[in-house]
Amino acid sequence: MEIIVCVKRVPLTQEVDLEINPQKTDVRKDMLAYAINEWDNYAIEEAVILKEKQGGTVTAVTVGTEEDEEVLRRCLAMGADKAIRVETGDLLPDSVAVAKILAQVIKGMPHDLVLTGVQADDLNEGSVGTMVAEFLNLAHAAVVTNVTPEGDGASVRVELEGGVEEVSRIRLPALLCIQTGINEPRYVSIMGIRKAAKKELNVVKIEDLGLSRDDLSPWTTVEELFLPPETEGAQFLEGDPATVAEEILRILKEKGVKK
Amino acid sequence: MGEIFVVVEHRKGEVREITYQLLWKANELCQKLSHTLTAVILCGKEEAFVNEVKERADKVILFEDERVKSFNGDLYKEVLVRLIQEHRPILTLIGHTPWGMDYAPSLSIKTGYPLATDCVDVLFDNGRPKAVRQIYAGKIFSRVAFKDSEGYLITVRSGAFPIDKAGEHTGDVIKKVMPPDLPEARRQFVAFEDAGAGAIDITQADLLVSIGRGVGEADKVPIMQDLANLMGAVLSCSRPVVDKNWLPKYHQVGTSGKSVKPKVYLAFGISGAFQHVAGISGAGCVIAVNKDKKAPIFRVADFGVVEDLFKVAEALKAKLAQ
Repeated sequence: MEIIVCVKRVPLTQEVDLEINPQKTDVRKDMLAYAINEWDNYAIEEAVILKEKQGGTVTAVTVGTEEDEEVLRRCLAMGADKAIRVETGDLLPDSVAVAKILAQVIKGMPHDLVLTGVQADDLNEGSVGTMVAEFLNLAHAAVVTNVTPEGDGASVRVELEGGVEEVSRIRLPALLCIQTGINEPRYVSIMGIRKAAKKELNVVKIEDLGLSRDDLSPWTTVEELFLPPETEGAQFLEGDPATVAEEILRILKEKGVKK
Repeated sequence: MGEIFVVVEHRKGEVREITYQLLWKANELCQKLSHTLTAVILCGKEEAFVNEVKERADKVILFEDERVKSFNGDLYKEVLVRLIQEHRPILTLIGHTPWGMDYAPSLSIKTGYPLATDCVDVLFDNGRPKAVRQIYAGKIFSRVAFKDSEGYLITVRSGAFPIDKAGEHTGDVIKKVMPPDLPEARRQFVAFEDAGAGAIDITQADLLVSIGRGVGEADKVPIMQDLANLMGAVLSCSRPVVDKNWLPKYHQVGTSGKSVKPKVYLAFGISGAFQHVAGISGAGCVIAVNKDKKAPIFRVADFGVVEDLFKVAEALKAKLAQ
């Protein structure tokens, strides 16, 4: 089975005070740590699991700068066979442009399955995957929590609201947007990443894909970023843990739920 | 005067709540801008809910066909592309739900209409819409502008708008037949399954001790289970805890888990992603403990504690043991 996985490197923003840049178009990223997008981590794991069961190859693809190669090396360490980075230079592609680029890369390669994460931690648009499917005219499913190859297709589970799942049958080749929790992504050691350094990592330029800057002009642009509107918010309980605990128990008593 | 489309989402014979929220916003925009509101329904034969929708729209366009009795992304896309090309609505609103996410992006590529997803507000400026989104886990808001186009697509986050009340309209229902040139769907519905049933029922608890990613590792979960037991509470959790297999799915609170309504919801190490917060809107009182003072959970909590969750948990245990 030939599997291609699209991955993205994203800034880690939990427990961080974010600052908006002076142009108000993005947050200041110079002080942020980066990692593979959480959803993509599950997608690459799923690809490797399928390869281990079915044979074939796994290729990881990202669109970005040289710094983004760290997530590709991580994918290689997890079991991907090769990786491709599309160099974007100073271009800041929107989701349609990213989807166009990815589709153009994938078009030139054999593929039974294309996996993406459902969405990315940073902008949570959740649109690139299914846009790639549309550009490639592939069957697709969003928010996938299980994939089982069956005959010339696959049985897929899609997560709906309220704990309900939708089971369906899909034809291959197909693109699946992978949801977190579908598997348990394996641990990646520094040693593993070093070992994987020998694996193939190719860099492709946008021009090599036959795409011009015009082709990639954005459909949507960020006009302005701003901080969330002020809300009343929580009343903060101050003091050492013992004081806070006492206060919490007082509240529970007041609300009639203290044993 | 233009037209605004709302695509109706329904499951098992019932309209999903998101649809009424889309209709609310569409009605507001139509009043302001003198547009007309058209609700588009793809469903099986003679669904009773069509009547509920027509009371909330100027017009209903109805496709009745067994192939779309249950949602089918391929067919929704194909039917809507043709309908949009025929009507050229200035704006089409779709729920940012697993189903909306399935076809809205492909619809955008096929129609050439630009799309903004997961939006919490829709504004109009010089006849062109703009969308407000939340990024970086809700810590930052973003106003998005579109390229010039005949029409625009927006998917809306569940809970962003109130529910539209019935009665304003008595919309005409225009029945349409499915286009004859539809390709065969490449994905076929098999069944719905309930993944959320289990040994405990978090929806019935008066007091929930709920844990999130901040718990850090599976080995720490028993500490919090002990605390829940001591307090006479039920243990629940946010999505990452289930994703990591620290607790089974039936403990999960949120859009993809359960909506809960305890008298007190005690959240430990939960950042407060909107999917989680949507599940606790029925809670009487929310107390959140988190190390990150900017965590979005503090925006919805009644009381907040900026502290290591285990220190607070241990202090609570000590007090309860006294």
